[in-house]
Amino acid sequence: MTRLAAALLAFLTLLFGIALCVGPAQITPLESLYALLFGGDGPATLVMREIRLPRALLAVMVGGSLGLAGAAMQGYLRNPLAEPGLIGVSSSAALGAVLAIQTGLAASVAFALPAMALIGAVIGVLLVIALAGPRGSSLTLILAGIAISALASALISLVLNLSPNPYAASEIVFWMMGSLADRSMSHVWIAVPFMAVGLAVLLSLGRGLDALTLGEDAASALGIRLSRLRLFLVFGTACVVGAGTAVAGTIGFVGLVVPHILRPLVGAQPSRLLWASALGGAIMVLAADILVRVILPERDLKLGVVTALVGAPLFLHLIYKTRRQLG
Amino acid sequence: MALTSRAALFTLASVLNFKLISFAAALALSGAVALAEMPKRVVSMNLCTDQLAMMLAGPGQLISVSHLAADPRSSALADEAAGYVLNHGRAEEIYLMRPDLVISSSFSSRTTLDMLARLDIPVAVLEPAYSLEDVRARLLQMGDLLGRSSVAEDMVAEFDARLAELRMTGNTRPSAAIYHANGYISGKHSLSGQIIDAAGFDNAAVEAGVAMGGFLPLELLAMLDPDALILGRRYRGASRSEEILDHPVVQKLREGRASGAITDRDWVCGTPHVLRAIESLGALRAEIVEP
Amino acid sequence: MSLLSVQNLSVNLRKRPVLRDVSFEVGAGECVGLLGPNGAGKSTLMRACLGLIAAEGISTLAQMPADKRARLAAWLPQNHEIAWPVSVETLVMLGRLPHMSAGQRPTQADKDKVDAALAALDLDGFRERIATQLSGGEQARVLIARALAQDTPLILADEPVAGLDPAHQISTMQSFANLARGGRSVIVSLHDLGLASRHCTRLILLCKGEIVADGTPAEVLTLERMAQVFGIRAYFAQTDDGPIFQPLELI
Repeated sequence: MTRLAAALLAFLTLLFGIALCVGPAQITPLESLYALLFGGDGPATLVMREIRLPRALLAVMVGGSLGLAGAAMQGYLRNPLAEPGLIGVSSSAALGAVLAIQTGLAASVAFALPAMALIGAVIGVLLVIALAGPRGSSLTLILAGIAISALASALISLVLNLSPNPYAASEIVFWMMGSLADRSMSHVWIAVPFMAVGLAVLLSLGRGLDALTLGEDAASALGIRLSRLRLFLVFGTACVVGAGTAVAGTIGFVGLVVPHILRPLVGAQPSRLLWASALGGAIMVLAADILVRVILPERDLKLGVVTALVGAPLFLHLIYKTRRQLG
Repeated sequence: MALTSRAALFTLASVLNFKLISFAAALALSGAVALAEMPKRVVSMNLCTDQLAMMLAGPGQLISVSHLAADPRSSALADEAAGYVLNHGRAEEIYLMRPDLVISSSFSSRTTLDMLARLDIPVAVLEPAYSLEDVRARLLQMGDLLGRSSVAEDMVAEFDARLAELRMTGNTRPSAAIYHANGYISGKHSLSGQIIDAAGFDNAAVEAGVAMGGFLPLELLAMLDPDALILGRRYRGASRSEEILDHPVVQKLREGRASGAITDRDWVCGTPHVLRAIESLGALRAEIVEP
Repeated sequence: MSLLSVQNLSVNLRKRPVLRDVSFEVGAGECVGLLGPNGAGKSTLMRACLGLIAAEGISTLAQMPADKRARLAAWLPQNHEIAWPVSVETLVMLGRLPHMSAGQRPTQADKDKVDAALAALDLDGFRERIATQLSGGEQARVLIARALAQDTPLILADEPVAGLDPAHQISTMQSFANLARGGRSVIVSLHDLGLASRHCTRLILLCKGEIVADGTPAEVLTLERMAQVFGIRAYFAQTDDGPIFQPLELI
């Protein structure tokens, strides 16, 4: 592990501590940590263990997933604009999750929620790769992403509007912008297995992604089995993005911003960017989630709003930079 | 440019129209008796006005109520509503019924009301009830609109008497929170707030600084730690918004203490049926006060 | 010892025959120049030999599992793709991938191979430079170094000297010839018949997907064949400075 890893880990730990101490309930940091670690009968224990802990854990898990998925997709497509949210993978996953909830499947089998989101994400990734081609040029990639996002979002709206439940339609915002409000440990538990598998699969791709720096032909001549790499990438991305979206909705731009910032720090090597982006993504979402609680403590400001405020200008900058390629 | 100014004019026109509707409503409210002519084809397009109208209308006077009035989950008079034509609050279907009075709520779609006003159909708009006093006022207003004031006055007298019987005046007032999907909590100045007040509960939302109602983070609910937790009703079909009612924190707050659930048909509309809600809370309060 | 044996290799792309019944064998210590006009099927032949595209017939390399093949043959594609702004050293180190297990860090032996490859391509001073910021010719040399670092008995290179200045064209071809003298083999496609005649031990001339000649430069580069295949008149002589081949004019 390098100095970068140590620094990222230290920052992540610090933010995790802050996240546990920030919330609308007036509990001092000392009380919070005591209640978290040693418990007690008071409501503080309930708040710490059932509200803030799962929220902070999910921020780390979801952020790590998105950062990792972004780095992996970018490595595979050799395009810095490939990001689960922008290319429609998150929306497809959200569609799967919405279907799981609205069909009542999620209520009867808890794992149906992330599983359906995973299926949605698989379809999304396959569509993007099929539409954008193996070496996704920015233009086709973004166009494919817009088309898939638009279709998935429309279907989400349709399903939610058709729901007999009066609250369903207002949930479109959650699925589009994401939030970690009022999550519980049960959400952590249903997401963990999928994310663990996805993490293991994606981190194993480093070698292949490094080789792809030289192009597909050279990579396969270096002994990389591209069809297997593609299969693993699709499955791994779908696992982490699916599980993350199922519990937190669509949080955009994390997979764009984090690899972009960290790439120079890892010498642009796709394999090193994988774990760095996982840590960086966790940091970004955790920080964003602290921010939404500081800005509007009593209201559920959507996480995607904050990440988009950071990410969208960067996205514009990247488009500006690559516009010759786009044209 | 031309388009923009036309749009602006159009907006202005609809604002004016809205004013006209309010004016018409006021006119209808005050002038119904003066006109000395009872409306003969009345259409109600809001769940709450539906129920008031069904209670007060003379035979054959009311021709249509909204489809929600026939849903037993939300309506206390669902069986009765089945005897009326059900409408879905759309201007077109209502116009075709040739009503001589349409009664709606200020929650109804403004564009629909505008459209009806342009079609020269008299529209009366009733405010929703936010208090038990409002319940009396709406009964009387509906009586006026339908030309059946005396029936309404009798009903109000009955309501007052029953409320006086039910109202808890003891000094022991346990705290209660009414928590809904998405973390919405009902404040003191809401109909459900008034219901628990009459039933002898202090509203925990007051402590959290919520007056009418608003979103209360789950954390703050946990910190309020109310004596009783009354949960908002669940609707048909699934939603993420209602998941909060199953959150471990809510479960813990309900464990081993009094808890209730709202039945919409008695809680949501300012009709005399709120008395049933108050009555049902009596048992809940007894659980806490006299264990 | 045969490093590559190709028998009756045929490739159809979009139902159009690109290669027809190509057979040849490459042993140790050969520097094979692959010649032919544009569209003769040079790139297709090399990719089919490696098993990168589907082909009928037999290629010993294509039959191997990918990881084993990667330790026997290195491939330098024609398009100079460098997707990320990595350092030259990192890029050349990619050539060592087939020799490392997953997650393994480079050993001293790997570093030595990289150093040797950088030195062979005159790239010692470029080690820390960002590969994507180099000029086209420099990038081409970095990619050749990457292929050399793979340290395989056989290297297949698709027009590696295109875009290089004369000095680096010569030095690159010399390093291939040196590899051949050291017992390894190189198959290199190129258009510069002069370079081919001077540095290759053997030439294979492709035309319309078929081998029309296979032998020493003197055997292959005959005046009739130049006229027939390329449609040019040329001057070819053995001098004290070695063979000289100069295309003169169109026929």
